[in-house]
Amino acid sequence: MNQSTLREQENWSMVLKPKKSLFEINLAELWQYRDLITMFVKRDFVAKFKQTILGPLWFIIQPLLTTLMFVVVFGNIAGIPTDGIPQVLFYMTGIVGWNYFSTCLNDTSQTFIKNASIFGKVYFPRLAMPISIVISNLVSFVIQFVFLLLFLVYFILKGTDVMPGIEVLLIPFLVLLIAGLGLGFGIIISSLTTKYRDLVHLITFGVTLWMYATPIIYPMSGIPEKYRGWVMANPMTPIVETFKTALLGVGEVNYLSLLYSFAFTVVLLAVGILIFNKVERTFMDTV
Amino acid sequence: MSNTVIKFEDVSKQYRLGVVGTGTLSHDLNRFIAKVRGKEDPTRKVGVSNRLDVKDGNYVWALRDVSFSLNDGEVLGVVGKNGAGKSTLLKLLSRVTAPTTGQIKVKGRIASLLEVGTGFHPELTGKENIFLNGAILGMTKREIKSKFDEIVDFSGVSKYVDTPVKRYSSGMYVRLAFAVAAHLEPEILIVDEVLAVGDAEFQKKAIGKMQSVSKSGRTVLFVSHNLTAVEQLCSKGILLQNGMLKMEGPIHDITSAYKKASVNENELKRSGTRLVELKNYAMTNLLGQAIDEVFLGETFRVTASFSAKETTDYTDFTLDIRNDSNEFIGHVTNADDLFEIKNLEKDELRKITVEVKDMSFAPGTYYISLWLGNKYGTFDYIENCIRFTIKQGDFFIKRPFPFDKRAKTVLRSNWSTD
Repeated sequence: MNQSTLREQENWSMVLKPKKSLFEINLAELWQYRDLITMFVKRDFVAKFKQTILGPLWFIIQPLLTTLMFVVVFGNIAGIPTDGIPQVLFYMTGIVGWNYFSTCLNDTSQTFIKNASIFGKVYFPRLAMPISIVISNLVSFVIQFVFLLLFLVYFILKGTDVMPGIEVLLIPFLVLLIAGLGLGFGIIISSLTTKYRDLVHLITFGVTLWMYATPIIYPMSGIPEKYRGWVMANPMTPIVETFKTALLGVGEVNYLSLLYSFAFTVVLLAVGILIFNKVERTFMDTV
Repeated sequence: MSNTVIKFEDVSKQYRLGVVGTGTLSHDLNRFIAKVRGKEDPTRKVGVSNRLDVKDGNYVWALRDVSFSLNDGEVLGVVGKNGAGKSTLLKLLSRVTAPTTGQIKVKGRIASLLEVGTGFHPELTGKENIFLNGAILGMTKREIKSKFDEIVDFSGVSKYVDTPVKRYSSGMYVRLAFAVAAHLEPEILIVDEVLAVGDAEFQKKAIGKMQSVSKSGRTVLFVSHNLTAVEQLCSKGILLQNGMLKMEGPIHDITSAYKKASVNENELKRSGTRLVELKNYAMTNLLGQAIDEVFLGETFRVTASFSAKETTDYTDFTLDIRNDSNEFIGHVTNADDLFEIKNLEKDELRKITVEVKDMSFAPGTYYISLWLGNKYGTFDYIENCIRFTIKQGDFFIKRPFPFDKRAKTVLRSNWSTD
């Protein structure tokens, strides 16, 4: 072997092997494709509202109508207490937070199935897809959040006893946790659905059921003692509770349970990325 | 100095049949239960037999121990029948799926064009799609911006860049998509059959673009069933057969080996009602001896005998002559000579002879297809059933060097000076 061939072999920019190690995750490559992620976000946003009259107003209409329905059904007919907070504010706060989680989870859980045609034709880091979904949902979350703030200001001006606390500073962190949880669950499910489509059906109503296991339509204080452990095991509970406390100023932040959510998110994301990373290399053979 | 940029080292790709992904959990459970009880798998497709190299019932090697390497600036044509493993090879290289064993070493950025317009979104405008598609193919926003005008120019849809692509005609759509891909500047470009779309002018443009890509020192891998395009574009070729690398070498050797293999393997394609059926046919010289070679300018005969199952008023008889790229070169019919084949009795064996005069096709290999039928339909049609070669000789044209391969017919000429 002469020198030039020796030198060549050191210069391979890429070696495609049957199996790469479980922990070989190429985040640098993902960063190289950041333009692609922004293009996907832009695409989602533009495509969603083409040929609609109300356009981005739909971001607001959806939580508004849901809130009204909750006020009627849970607040007035079922008479579930809201910790002395105006029902509209109470429900809307929960819904805006929960919506972000559920859209992230629902949308990312179909990453492989929905994009099989693109994934089958061209390579880019597959994680770009779910990440772009989480970011474009973040855009709608921010719009809904601003809308929620308007309501909050209105109620404060009206003299209602709600006041955002210093915990508001935690909100970016909470949003990050919600995104992480949604993404983590989503990519795990999307990895499993390459083999079993059953999970697609499970996830659509599973997320709805999950909402009822999270203090969205009822306050934490209204939960009987024997169920409390279960509700607290739900990693979304501390997040939603802190979110409400921060904005509405009721209750106290339980930092210990928030830490639990954080740890849960980190582990979930790590596991999710590992599984996703393993599946993405050969999913085209099974999907 | 040439430099190896792609190296396949004993690359294999195995697919599992039946075992993976029945798609739903219940099917998998069914299968599991059936297996436990020793019954046949209820979800396996009936009649799945694979021509590919079968190791045991459930495994198929789409590629088997393929090794080759490619230098920069080379254009490699990948040739093979359907199912030979061409697409699998490109998929592995473009990282859509991973190899089962072996490894592929690559130097430089790869862009794969397994399809034009991957990821185009119908609601987005042409401009937005250029950016989206470019990003999907691996370009950064800045690269796309700097080439935007060029891309729009090349595509020829500049008037419509702000229109959603769903309003485009399919031709405009494809042109725009190809324009984006053509302006990628990867070190390695992978192209799969994209030239099959678009009109002749577009195909010419596309081939031209690919030639200029390779001239600028970049490497191209090209898969196509269009052997003419492959020969035009590629310098080197590999022939795949049942997942294995059969041959590697200069492109003309590869394509001719492929043509030869495909004729030998194929059974004669025959169609028609068989109301009148060909029984015998042969190619002979003027002395009636069977031949498979003709010199330029020579006259040859085709004799055929056929019989009718029922009394038939009349039939026509034609000869189609195709070259080895399956291009239709010549056509002869009984009507050319106002000759009629009439009043065929039941079971009567009719024998006819056609004399084809002064052969003037370029030297090479040709195939004759025989057709019997009339204006109501085809009685019997046997495709490419006679193979023969035309030799140059010195009778028709006297040049002492071989006839130019690109020309299809030979013209005789007389030369003089004043």
